Amino acid sequence: MSESVSNLYQDVILDHSKKPRNFGKLKSTTHYARVNNPLCGDKVTVYLKIEGKYILDATFEARGCAISLASASMMSEMIKGKKINEAIALFRKFYILITTEQNVHNDGLGDLKALSGVKNFPTRVECATLSWKAMEKAVEEIGY
Amino acid sequence: MSLNIEYSDKMHFASIRADFPILSQKVYGKSLVYLDNGASTQKPKQVINNITATYERSYANVHRGVHYLSQISTDAMELARGTVRGFVNARSDSEIIFVRGATEGINLVASSWGRENLKSGDEIILSEMEHHANIVPWQLVSEQTGATIKVIPISDSGELEMSEFQKLLSDRTKLVAITHVSNALGTIVPLSEIIRYSHDAGALVLVDGCQAVPHLPVDLQELDADFYTFSGHKLYGPSGIGILYGKESILESMPPYQGGGEMIDTVSFKGSTWADLPFKFEAGTPNIADAIGLGEAVNYVSSIGFDAIGAHEASLLSYATERLNQIESVKIIGNASNKAAIISFVIEDVHPHDVGTILDRDGIAVRTGHHCAQPVMERYDVPATVRASFAMYNTFEEIDLFVKGLQKVQEIFS
Ligand SMILES: Cc1ncc(COP(=O)(O)O)c(C=O)c1O
Repeated sequence: MSESVSNLYQDVILDHSKKPRNFGKLKSTTHYARVNNPLCGDKVTVYLKIEGKYILDATFEARGCAISLASASMMSEMIKGKKINEAIALFRKFYILITTEQNVHNDGLGDLKALSGVKNFPTRVECATLSWKAMEKAVEEIGY
Repeated sequence: MSLNIEYSDKMHFASIRADFPILSQKVYGKSLVYLDNGASTQKPKQVINNITATYERSYANVHRGVHYLSQISTDAMELARGTVRGFVNARSDSEIIFVRGATEGINLVASSWGRENLKSGDEIILSEMEHHANIVPWQLVSEQTGATIKVIPISDSGELEMSEFQKLLSDRTKLVAITHVSNALGTIVPLSEIIRYSHDAGALVLVDGCQAVPHLPVDLQELDADFYTFSGHKLYGPSGIGILYGKESILESMPPYQGGGEMIDTVSFKGSTWADLPFKFEAGTPNIADAIGLGEAVNYVSSIGFDAIGAHEASLLSYATERLNQIESVKIIGNASNKAAIISFVIEDVHPHDVGTILDRDGIAVRTGHHCAQPVMERYDVPATVRASFAMYNTFEEIDLFVKGLQKVQEIFS
């Protein structure tokens, strides 16, 4: 059952993908980055407003599938107000959630938990991580 | 069509389907519905057995040994070359070069013919519907030679704008490199006309025949193409083998593509001389078993014949088109009047990737993405499409399952 598509396309995911939060450019952007998925041509750009160690605001623009839009939308909500290193740590935790059978502590994952079904769809891991890679790339030069 | 003919058509293709062992398997517990034939076709047991037989009974290196097996291997490979020559009606076996696939065929012409014949001020004409394999090699050779690339636009329905093409042609045009059938749209281009106009302008024509040879008969003498290339794996044959056809006089004038064994006449440190055609372009030990296997695939296709294949695929195409058009949110990209059995489409508000995943879990294999034709995606302003591409072994029942799968996509995303 866990391998069925209805487990992948849960309501939370469809909700985020149909009404992505924080979608669009960010006027006060200090850092941004764009990445492509060469397999399907999808693109995500992540815009961040960073002060010191903190991500004060985050938005994104994307043309992508439900999985990549939902993941980007959730990310934009969750990293807002976090320290850069906390955002990167969240990416690591999320990555483990969607690629391994390892039990991950659910605290702090919020809506992202709904994406755990991705682990049964290895071809979709790239979609779920696209926006996170853009975020990682955007903060790369700062060091964390 | 009378019922009887329809019935015998069904029986005939049911027996053809039984030739393909892979098709009877289940994936995720569902019967496999394989609709990704544009990417690669499955192989009949005749081809699989042929490759096994080569390795079990007759394998040795070719054109080298005086011994028994080397002779048998050489004969089998040259027989396969002759089979392919007959299949595309080339004048001579010397014009049939074994390559890895269409990608290598195009790169061979771009490197060998292109670097020798192109210079600054010259123009190459491509079309907006080309596969990346028929774009990037020309960009590379343009950078090296200073030649420039012009692009034939395509219409909303997915046809070449022939009047624009005629405007692009001039005495600067040295080569027109064009697909025979578009892998992303299914369009069959008016090839004879293109070749005639190009020759009138003094340009050579290279044809990417990848998506044409599995679906329709190709007569190279009648077409008068200068180069024609295709991959074996899309023609029910093995991967890693393909064909570059070139007119003998043009191939004669071209320098070698790669150097090594097999392609030489004599080698000395004062200089080397080249082997005769086609071996001049076949440096190194070739893909022997797969070349022989490609010959078997061609025999298989020929034994069924393009009359039967064409009729069956045409009815699959029209049935699938009709069923898809009944789904309101489906938009077919590419509605040319002359199409091969390939349908690209998008579903309103659902990304092709999601469509592909949902179909996959029902055992239905389609391609989603840009199909190595990003300019086509740009032209129709879509990030990607879903592509169902049919082969002679597909059935009407499979189309029904495919449509049912699309209905499920709509339910999930409603
Ligand atoms: C129209 C067209 N041209 C070229 C190619 C490249 O073929 P290959 O990858 O076998 O070299 C393909 C297959 O993907 C194709 O569909």
